[in-house]
Amino acid sequence: MDNRNVRFIEGNEAVVEGAIAAGVRFFAGYPITPATEIAERMSYRMPQEGGTYLQMEDEIASLSAVIGASVGGVKAMDATSGPGISLKNETLGFAIATEVPCVIVNVQRTGPGIGSVTMAQQDLMQARWGSHGDYTLITMAPASVQECYDLTIRAVNLSERFRIPVILLLDTFLGHLSERVVLDPPLEIITRPKPEVDPEDYLTFDAEGTDIPAMADFGGPYRSKIIGNMHTKAGGYTRDPEIFESLITHWRDKVLSRKAEYTDIERVMLEDARVAVVTWGSTTRSVKKAIRMARAEGIRVGLFRPRTVWPFPEQEISELSESVDHMVVPEMNLGQMLVEVERWSRSRCGIHPVNQVSGEAILPDRILEKIKEVA
Amino acid sequence: MARLKAHREMLDKYLTTDNLPTAWCPGCGCGIVAQALVRAMDGTGIDPDKFAFVTGIGCNGFIPRYFRFNELHVLHGRAPGYATGLKMARPDLTVITIQGDGDLAAIGGNHFIHAARRNIDITTIVSNNFIFGRTGGQYGPTTFYQDRASTAPYGMPERPFDLCRLGEAAGATFVARGTVYGVVRLIDILQKAILHKGFSLVEAITPCPTSYGRRNPEKAGTSGSEMIKWIRENSISLSKANRMRPADIEGKIITGIFAEKNEPECTDEYEKIRQKARAGLSSV
Repeated sequence: MDNRNVRFIEGNEAVVEGAIAAGVRFFAGYPITPATEIAERMSYRMPQEGGTYLQMEDEIASLSAVIGASVGGVKAMDATSGPGISLKNETLGFAIATEVPCVIVNVQRTGPGIGSVTMAQQDLMQARWGSHGDYTLITMAPASVQECYDLTIRAVNLSERFRIPVILLLDTFLGHLSERVVLDPPLEIITRPKPEVDPEDYLTFDAEGTDIPAMADFGGPYRSKIIGNMHTKAGGYTRDPEIFESLITHWRDKVLSRKAEYTDIERVMLEDARVAVVTWGSTTRSVKKAIRMARAEGIRVGLFRPRTVWPFPEQEISELSESVDHMVVPEMNLGQMLVEVERWSRSRCGIHPVNQVSGEAILPDRILEKIKEVA
Repeated sequence: MARLKAHREMLDKYLTTDNLPTAWCPGCGCGIVAQALVRAMDGTGIDPDKFAFVTGIGCNGFIPRYFRFNELHVLHGRAPGYATGLKMARPDLTVITIQGDGDLAAIGGNHFIHAARRNIDITTIVSNNFIFGRTGGQYGPTTFYQDRASTAPYGMPERPFDLCRLGEAAGATFVARGTVYGVVRLIDILQKAILHKGFSLVEAITPCPTSYGRRNPEKAGTSGSEMIKWIRENSISLSKANRMRPADIEGKIITGIFAEKNEPECTDEYEKIRQKARAGLSSV
């Protein structure tokens, strides 16, 4: 064994270590199962790193505080579960509109309302469309504790790179699963673009189209007017229809124009596959076993699993639909990624959902059964 | 109180004409609060680069729009949360929030009391006009009993909050009330609040002729000047109020400094936590 930093920790703790490795020095949260371990661990680790842990009075306040810290130039993160995300969604939209980088972790639970703290993948569409207004953000879904570490680093980097909130979708199982993880230092640490113009010439939102605006920290020589309304480049209030059109498309285009920077797909044994299993998050683990079992029986089946679930890999699914006869889509919900898979495969192959909302993992046998049924 | 500096000097130094005309109606008190505030800030001697405004939704939230300071204009009621994060991450900044009575005490009430409880070094200015002005005159948590509002056409059935008592009970260590009539006093209070180490609350009583006066003409008049006169006639200083019977001060606006004390401040306390953590003193 070499001298790399090998640990045996749970997903929630790996998120904390990933965040610290990526430079996060501010965490605000509110206790909520099954995400609480992130807050607990952050309360221990943040001050060790010279950072800040803040337990706020509610879920809305915690994301508000995260945005406040980010405006001060400190990389910041928040973590919660589905009910907390529902409460934070207005604030998430504020981060979109003001282009303030931050990372939000959702350790998903089952069902609407209070739900239940069991295994589920029911917040995929919420991650994409939860706030009001039209926008685009990045969402990543790990399937192992190692990926909890790696993708948290990536999420922080991408939030800084694009000046957007990035969502990490874990679930009850993954948050509490302990596995071997190697805490390698990040290959790259990205920090938001800083202004290079004279302070007199600085405009808070000086970007259009695919540009990513430079961001000055509060407290320096630059004066920012960060307003959550529809705004001019100077941060002034506006009702100009042309600015509305340009601003809302800018929030989309700055992300969509750089797909290569965040698209991340795990492909296994797809070269000769006639059946592709398309899945995400923890369900990937059952799918891999099902694929091994099916391959042992001579079925040509492979895995297509986006780690970056939003923006959805539209083009890649479209191409896949031309090379396979069938896609099997297992998810612990009633069919959310399924909507995107159907939309982008355009009826070029058979689409076969495997859905389960019992709060328990979809077992490999059930996926194998579906593979055999369609193969 | 030193002599007031020339208006022009304040204008050139701290204000911008970029966003004129203002969003305010004739007779609005927001401009008076704005001017009192820049004069108070000027008097503190703090580096203008280090001021950071966090503002809520409502007419008063527009105040820093005409200032040359850093500004974060946030969601309805949530200014204390953003300000708390900013101040914890950047204790070197002088963070000032501006909120209306509805923003601070209705949708944002919980955030307000928790910021006060933490005694975090933020100055909160609540511009109280007794009504939801921006949305057109709906009753709010400071609307007086039996006042009329667009959502209280038969009179307000509820009791109002006393924001200063609320703030003090929640733990604010500087609490004061001024009015846009007593503007010199208001400047003085604001300056003390900004320089105070800990959570400061300044309630500024201000007229809203359009949304409040118009619906309650027999009470306070319908113009800005009539309403400012009403504020003057109904204000009693704390020292005077202390010598009066409770029945005689019922419904009056008590002005003055209600609390001014030194207690442990949140960012200072957290710095001690960092030192403990680095020394490996956790029991976890």
